[in-house]
Amino acid sequence: MAVEVYKNIETYKPEDVEDVTVETDILIIGGGFSGCGAAYEAAYWAKAAGLKVTLVEKAAIERSGAVAQGLSAINTYLGLSGRAQQVGDKPNTIEEYVRYVTLDMMGIAREDLVADYARHVDGTVHLFEKWGLPIWKDENGKYVREGRWQVMIHGESYKPIIAEAAKMALGEENIYERVMVTHLLMDKNDPQRVAGAVGFSVREPKFYIFKAKAVILATGGATLLFRPRSTGEGMGRIWYAVFNTGSGYAMAIEAGAHTCQMEHRFIPSRFKDGYGPVGAWFLLFKSVATNAYDEVYIEKKETIEKYKPYADAVPTPTPLRNHQMIEELVNGRGPILMRTEWAIKKLQEEGKDLKKLIEEAWEDFLDMTVSQALLWAALNIEPEKVPSEIMVAEPYMMGSHSGCAGLWVCGPEDLMPEEYKKLFPLCYNRMTTIKGLFAVGDCSGANPHKFSSGSFTEGRIAGKAAVRYVVEQNPNPEIDEAKVQELKKKIFQPMVTYEQFKNASTREDVNPNYLFPKQALWRLQKIMDEYAAGASMWYRTNEKMLKIALERLQMLKEDMEKLAARNLHELMRCWEMWHRVIVAEAHVQHMLFRQETRWPGYYYRMDYPDLDDENWKCFVVGRKNPETGEWEMQKVPYIQIVDWQL
Amino acid sequence: MPSYVNPDKCDGCKALERTACQYICPNDLMVLDKEKMKAYNQEPDMCWECYSCVKICPQGAIDMRGYVDFVPLGAQCVPMRGTDAIMWTIKFRNGKILRFKFPIRTTPWGSIQPFEGFPEPSLDNLKNELLAGEPQILDLDKLPEVKKKA
Repeated sequence: MAVEVYKNIETYKPEDVEDVTVETDILIIGGGFSGCGAAYEAAYWAKAAGLKVTLVEKAAIERSGAVAQGLSAINTYLGLSGRAQQVGDKPNTIEEYVRYVTLDMMGIAREDLVADYARHVDGTVHLFEKWGLPIWKDENGKYVREGRWQVMIHGESYKPIIAEAAKMALGEENIYERVMVTHLLMDKNDPQRVAGAVGFSVREPKFYIFKAKAVILATGGATLLFRPRSTGEGMGRIWYAVFNTGSGYAMAIEAGAHTCQMEHRFIPSRFKDGYGPVGAWFLLFKSVATNAYDEVYIEKKETIEKYKPYADAVPTPTPLRNHQMIEELVNGRGPILMRTEWAIKKLQEEGKDLKKLIEEAWEDFLDMTVSQALLWAALNIEPEKVPSEIMVAEPYMMGSHSGCAGLWVCGPEDLMPEEYKKLFPLCYNRMTTIKGLFAVGDCSGANPHKFSSGSFTEGRIAGKAAVRYVVEQNPNPEIDEAKVQELKKKIFQPMVTYEQFKNASTREDVNPNYLFPKQALWRLQKIMDEYAAGASMWYRTNEKMLKIALERLQMLKEDMEKLAARNLHELMRCWEMWHRVIVAEAHVQHMLFRQETRWPGYYYRMDYPDLDDENWKCFVVGRKNPETGEWEMQKVPYIQIVDWQL
Repeated sequence: MPSYVNPDKCDGCKALERTACQYICPNDLMVLDKEKMKAYNQEPDMCWECYSCVKICPQGAIDMRGYVDFVPLGAQCVPMRGTDAIMWTIKFRNGKILRFKFPIRTTPWGSIQPFEGFPEPSLDNLKNELLAGEPQILDLDKLPEVKKKA
């Protein structure tokens, strides 16, 4: 591996970079699904209140965020009004949905938050359909179910359609694209209140100062903290969007917001190397996966026996299914094969048309993970003839999938119990413990399984709440101009560092005075992979290993004061890297605190190998004290709010 | 398969306001070499292969060459994205060809009226739990109740 040799070397001194000040009422950072949802809803209510809403995105919202490529299914649709096929003998309910999500998290979820997005999510999907998203329909006009909670779509243009709605709602003049936001600004007179954010254009020498009364973080989860399975050119082909770099988590942590469940991560089991989706194969095509000896290994219940009562949940929680696969792999019974050829044969026997099945199988990849289709074509794989390998991937930090890392946010008034209210200075739905700072989608913790539709919905919930906050509190935060200029200097420092030291070596990428962001990325990935339960260690760690990780991360952070950037693109990479390292540190601190193995298959604390409901059926809430730099951790009890039975 | 640009086809989007691939790439990878007036991928190992650049290129100049880590050479997935459907041609390493056509949108581009049919927003309603257009867009007469544990 080598560092890029850029043809376009173009550096700027901070004093030569123009300041652009944008004054707004509500600032949304990130234009993926949750950001577009926030923009949509905030725009509606802002009209009544006469407020201005602004969205800033580091790419172009037409194809930004985790759904940039498209999707082949909407994973969260309850179907409470009967628009979808019914799976099983009873219609879906919110209570059953909360049960499913909580058990998938091995018994811990913020049920107030989950039930809240669940009661709104169907409306979001109905809007998507009205706007032009093609949802599969059966002969009775019902949405085709992939599984109990999922519906199938022709989703190649899913993101451009949703982006169009956000643009139409907000007005293109209120959207700033290709601006990377790096830091939040706090109120000069109240360090617990947000006042805006700063960042820079990745296209021209401009420094942006956004002054806002409320800020919604919608920046997605964090990728590439860990060494991925493909480390050469294929490093970019990770499962989750490679451009999601944990910015929202990091900016909120640096501002002193509380994190929650940051020890949690998601390890997707996907088609090997290409990371194509498995949902349609398992749920729609009813496929099974086998080990090297044609055994359907998930039937070996003894491997998850010790994780009862969660092991008895239907469906088996995602980490436990991973655990079963890992048991096969570490004991030399790989490869794990998706038996596509068996599934298709069986469906044919049930009268399904082969041509149609083949078409559906390929569309599943082409809608959302074209690489996997290309890999099949390159390996001459025809799924009706041969099986395909699946594999457990590297860890990802996220709060929207079967992962619940994020910020500690407020729930709705009618559902949030008293015990959760304690840390919030003010209660507005999806507000963090910083006044005026909201978090949605992957950024909002302990309410997973939102996926695309739920993330848009959570954005909507926060969009409305942010308007309400501004109307009711009428905040008037003040920016500290000296602090802003200090940040500007800091943000452009990597360009200054490069110019200062570039002639100190005959190779620009081997220089004792600086690091390029790609080099810092390699270091981070090695630390996290080897000490913090990465894929090469089969997700195993212990207290001593985690402490080494923290020491090495500290040194990396110190070295990153010497990051160098040769152009605005690389300057963006520098700040993405900083955000990644802050998130990595949060992850390790949280894992260190939780002394149990709650999610086998995601990670194992080998010094505390058991699941310990007595002591750890709780949320881990953390905060990096901005004054001292120390992490302060606490337990907040899990409370069952919704009426469901194990 | 990071994207690569065929220099015979790329015209640097001369006729357009901005280079299409540079505009769309979610990871800021595509750059225009202003001397040659040809685009290129500046950081192939950060390419997610989302095909956004391939789909948007007006000249059909961009394709993917499978990540060398694990993709044998010789295969291709070629999209032709229209206004309401996308056509794919899949070429296998062994020469087999598959063709598919899938719908992408049921309404004309630019036709979304985001709050069509919704009542005017009012500040009084900020306090309740109903979002824009609810309960009508839920197909229900009220927001569904959540049964709390006794």
